[in-house]
Amino acid sequence: MMFLAKLFKKKDPRDDGDGRGKTDRGILVFENTSEVIRAERILKESGWKVEVMGPPPEIRTGCDLVIEIPLVERLNILRLLEKEKIEPLQFVPVTGPLLKPVDLFQTKRIGNYLMVRAANMKITIDSTSGVIVNISGGGCPDVPFLAAEMVGAHLNKAPSPHEIGHTLCGYALHLAYEEVKRLCSE
Amino acid sequence: MLGIVGTVPDPDFPVVEGKVSVNGESVCIGAFSAPVNRGTPALLAASVAAAGVMGLGEVWAFLVGDLGTGSGSRSLYSYLEKNLPSRNLSVLLFHYLQPDVDWHNKVLFAVQEMNPRPVLIADAGFMYAAKMSGQATDYDLFTPDAGELAFLADEQAPHPFYTRGFILHDKTKIPELIARAYEHENAAKYLLVKGKKDYIASRDGILAEVDKPWEEALECIGGTGDTLSGIAAALVESGMAVPKAAYLSARVNRLAGSLARPTPATQVLEIIRAIPGAFKKLGGAHPEMRDGHERSLQIGNEAF
Repeated sequence: MMFLAKLFKKKDPRDDGDGRGKTDRGILVFENTSEVIRAERILKESGWKVEVMGPPPEIRTGCDLVIEIPLVERLNILRLLEKEKIEPLQFVPVTGPLLKPVDLFQTKRIGNYLMVRAANMKITIDSTSGVIVNISGGGCPDVPFLAAEMVGAHLNKAPSPHEIGHTLCGYALHLAYEEVKRLCSE
Repeated sequence: MLGIVGTVPDPDFPVVEGKVSVNGESVCIGAFSAPVNRGTPALLAASVAAAGVMGLGEVWAFLVGDLGTGSGSRSLYSYLEKNLPSRNLSVLLFHYLQPDVDWHNKVLFAVQEMNPRPVLIADAGFMYAAKMSGQATDYDLFTPDAGELAFLADEQAPHPFYTRGFILHDKTKIPELIARAYEHENAAKYLLVKGKKDYIASRDGILAEVDKPWEEALECIGGTGDTLSGIAAALVESGMAVPKAAYLSARVNRLAGSLARPTPATQVLEIIRAIPGAFKKLGGAHPEMRDGHERSLQIGNEAF
């Protein structure tokens, strides 16, 4: 009976209906987070539906992101990345649920200032001038560097954490940065 | 002696060990210097300021440059693995380092060879690695903010970036998160949770709360958590019990923040400059703050 149950088992409930059932997905593992960020940008700009996710426990080191891709497009995606001189360390088929990055934002207004928090990172701007006045939170070593590069710059002229960050804290700051830009454009 | 381990945002900064001094807007170790804006330099400057008020000895640092690629952190981890066992430090604080579980464990083994074993404090990236390694209970004090506490409370999250939404939710109460962090063995012996209200907690629950003075702008200012950890480490170095040091550091840090009359655009250096004034206002020259081990402080049902 178990055999029949397996043979006729229902559709995987994790399948979100757009062909992204987890059994047809795989992950690309890179040397460091900055390579993940670069690869994600290239793949998205080329029209691929990819997502950054947390790696499965067996390959975690502590500050990791991986890119989840459609299994059948593996060769095309690897070819594109090779052309862009980004080589993943390995490709691993997805066999279980992956950790999702935080997607909650918290927003606070203090007088003329606007602060947005994503995960453990916060960015504050002077909403009248659009200048970034502070960056706080985080614990990875690129946070002080990102703050030094971004604080004092106008929101639209500051370097993007996506471009110069290297860690998950940098990635979280990027999300907060994009959110504050979105709020300012409303 | 108080030892502090961390990084500076300068790729040309080599692995350096030595006495820390503050010169204007920079922290210096030998021929090397780094600007005090946030991160480990802010923590070092706060520790030096607090140690100066209390008449403590020198603050010792182990530093390296790292922009986030992790290569500097790995060089420093390797240095610590080789050299920590021969160092004589009474308090050792780990700060902004690339979270790496394997290297964390090697460094912790090296700490276990130190004689005497120092009081261990972790904040920032090294606290993330300590939690992920499952070795959090080997530490004496963690200093998370509310978001990092949610990460400690989430037994599945390897980094605050992956803290699950139902735990991260704004309405989740800090005491519940503290209890959950201890339930899963993901907290140090004591926690100093920094935020709108600061909490000092242990496995037994919340020992003390500090909520005055309150300056809303401080949440925006990068480095205010670093100064808190730096002051706490200096107070532990003075001989205070860890929870008492955590409690007083929260009071000093809040007062220094208030004395700086902050706006969300204030930079942390202005708060560091106010630390001596905050100590004085709280009676920093008084034996209760300088020789805390001789006078007890009642926190909850415990005397320290």
